[in-house]
Amino acid sequence: MKFIDEYQDSKLAKGLAGRIAGRSTKPVRLMEFCGGHTHAILRYGIRQLVPKTVEMRSGPGCPVCVTATADLDKSIALAHLPEVIITTFGDMMRVPGSYSSLQQAKAEGADIRIVYSTTDAVEIAKANPEKSVIFIGIGFETTAPTIAASIIKAQQEKIENFQVLSLNKLTPPVMKALLGLGEVKLDGIICPGHVSVIIGSYPYKFIPQNYGVACVISGFEPLDILLCIDKLVEQFENGQPRVEIAYLRGVKPEGNRKALQLMEEVFETGEANWRGIGIVPQSGLKIKRKYECFDAEKAFSGLLRFARNDKPVREPKECRCGDVIRGAATPLECKLFRRVCTPESPVGPCMVSSEGACAAYYQFCG
Amino acid sequence: MNNSYLSFHDRARKNEVILLAHGSGGKLSHDLVEKKFLPFLANPVLNKLDDSAIFEASGHLAFTTDSYVVNPIFFPGGDIGKLAVCGTVNDLAMSGATPLYLSLSAIIEEGFPLGELEQIMQSIKATTEEAEVKIITGDTKVVNRGQADKIFINTSGIGIIPPGIDIAGANAKTGDKVILSGTIGDHGIAIMSQREGLKFSIPIGSDCCPLSKLVSEMLDASPIIHCLRDPTRGGLATTLNEFARQSNVGIVIEEDKVPIKEGVRAACELLGFDPIYVANEGKLVAIVDPCEAEKVLVRMRQNKYGKDAAIIGEVVNDHPRRVIMKTKLGPSRIVDMLSGELLPRIC
Ligand code: SF4
Repeated sequence: MKFIDEYQDSKLAKGLAGRIAGRSTKPVRLMEFCGGHTHAILRYGIRQLVPKTVEMRSGPGCPVCVTATADLDKSIALAHLPEVIITTFGDMMRVPGSYSSLQQAKAEGADIRIVYSTTDAVEIAKANPEKSVIFIGIGFETTAPTIAASIIKAQQEKIENFQVLSLNKLTPPVMKALLGLGEVKLDGIICPGHVSVIIGSYPYKFIPQNYGVACVISGFEPLDILLCIDKLVEQFENGQPRVEIAYLRGVKPEGNRKALQLMEEVFETGEANWRGIGIVPQSGLKIKRKYECFDAEKAFSGLLRFARNDKPVREPKECRCGDVIRGAATPLECKLFRRVCTPESPVGPCMVSSEGACAAYYQFCG
Repeated sequence: MNNSYLSFHDRARKNEVILLAHGSGGKLSHDLVEKKFLPFLANPVLNKLDDSAIFEASGHLAFTTDSYVVNPIFFPGGDIGKLAVCGTVNDLAMSGATPLYLSLSAIIEEGFPLGELEQIMQSIKATTEEAEVKIITGDTKVVNRGQADKIFINTSGIGIIPPGIDIAGANAKTGDKVILSGTIGDHGIAIMSQREGLKFSIPIGSDCCPLSKLVSEMLDASPIIHCLRDPTRGGLATTLNEFARQSNVGIVIEEDKVPIKEGVRAACELLGFDPIYVANEGKLVAIVDPCEAEKVLVRMRQNKYGKDAAIIGEVVNDHPRRVIMKTKLGPSRIVDMLSGELLPRIC
């Protein structure tokens, strides 16, 4: 476990920062896809270390943040159904939906439990055979394999009261959508470390090929990130964008076969609704027919239609989470930031989640 | 009738679990107190079993209370019983008091295994002996299944503050040194590692321990200790912010001076936690006059609960009410209080 200290060594950091400064001759705009990267970049003051020519934008890689308000509303509606237990990651509790939040639904009497993983949800289902236990499945390729494994386990053990509302999303398709929008011109992407452990480096190939944007996969230690920035700047300056792994201790080009097989077994791709971006084709994971009795969307479709009144979806007013997620604005450009919107009383999800850009700016940019 | 129902009653018949009747005030209640509590706690004041404990005390008294609802109740390095004694003993110690007496009140869920209760009482006994405190009054309630989660414990405590000691969160002065008694995050990570679905095999035990002796040795080394606090929930960051706000001063700490175990650091890395926000149950932060700091530090290191003690920073005139940390990479950053709950990252 010694490696972590090595990666935080300040001399190495200064050396790397110097190398980046030496390389960088013209303005370059990079996006860190992942909320974990945003957090580390601000926490270690990496923006202060890199030269002025390097501009950094935060991207959509915060699972709670990208969950669409409509999907939140659906989760809240499910929570209000009788004989239902909702299980969810803690961050989801406080995200405001159109009219309520899971936290509020809980206060009103809904049975909602925070879990640390899908495995917990399966255990809760086993312990409460008379209730339906629904797991709100959010996250990217990192959480999907465990969710798939839980569904397989539920089938093997005949735990029929376990369902998943699959809101899981995929990384490369949304990158494609963002680049396709062309709203923010990017020169390089700091690709997510943990996601890439699962999917490998091949799925990013289309990015340099079709969009001429450099892609480097990074770990989460500050030196990993600096090394990644160095490689991105190098590619940009040479005019030869490609996919590189700067996180060799974690990522293999082909990814994690076993995890991918699990996902393949349970899920198929379908459209997903992203906050700030909208419907992106092929960017969501839907539960296959074979496992449809574990699909909350199907199991409760009738009841949901019945429970949902026709109130329209409402986004929090003046909250710029959508822009922040697309990298089109920084949290500092939001009028509500720090004045109205704080981690104690968040207006949008980017302030709720520890992976959200607004929360990171709040904590580290005083 | 299903199996678990049968086995529940079978076990109950063999007196192996707590029954509602154990809390009824009747014979079973008496049995419970006599067989499961008194043998572990016996002392002349408690043994009288009167409505109140009667004792002599004079001088500057400190009085505190806390409730313990930890889940899981047994964790590496401790259990809810040890925690309930240490927590209150440490709260007393942090005001410079020598802990004397505790109360102990347990709310137990029907069906709770008596064997586990015994284990908890055993560890309460060991901890009170180590901390040299006596439990002189207590109470037990049994509630229906589902109305409590296994067992909740409340302890209150009384201690005496020796003359000449003035410790308070508002006492920090510019130039004072910040001393931390050892590695941070052990307790929080030990608890986290036991949570269903997160189980990882890092051999980290909770640091849960009574700090009263360490404090009395520190005060022996120098009575000019301005602030003392144990950074429990909210971690080191929250305690330092409390000092900065209460004393209206700035505090600067250096990241690489803060002791932390490799396993804790790796677990934090995995979960996306910042160790300065992770809970401790056997650590203290002291703000000490700069001329006395070295003396106090040397003495702390002689105690097993202070062997990794280090000066991690100082109190400054600049940025009042703010805590700044010089990071390992060089740049400084603001360290705020913990807001909300510490939750593992999702991705
Ligand atoms: S600061 Fe708050 S309101 Fe503004 S974009 Fe972020 S979450 Fe939304």
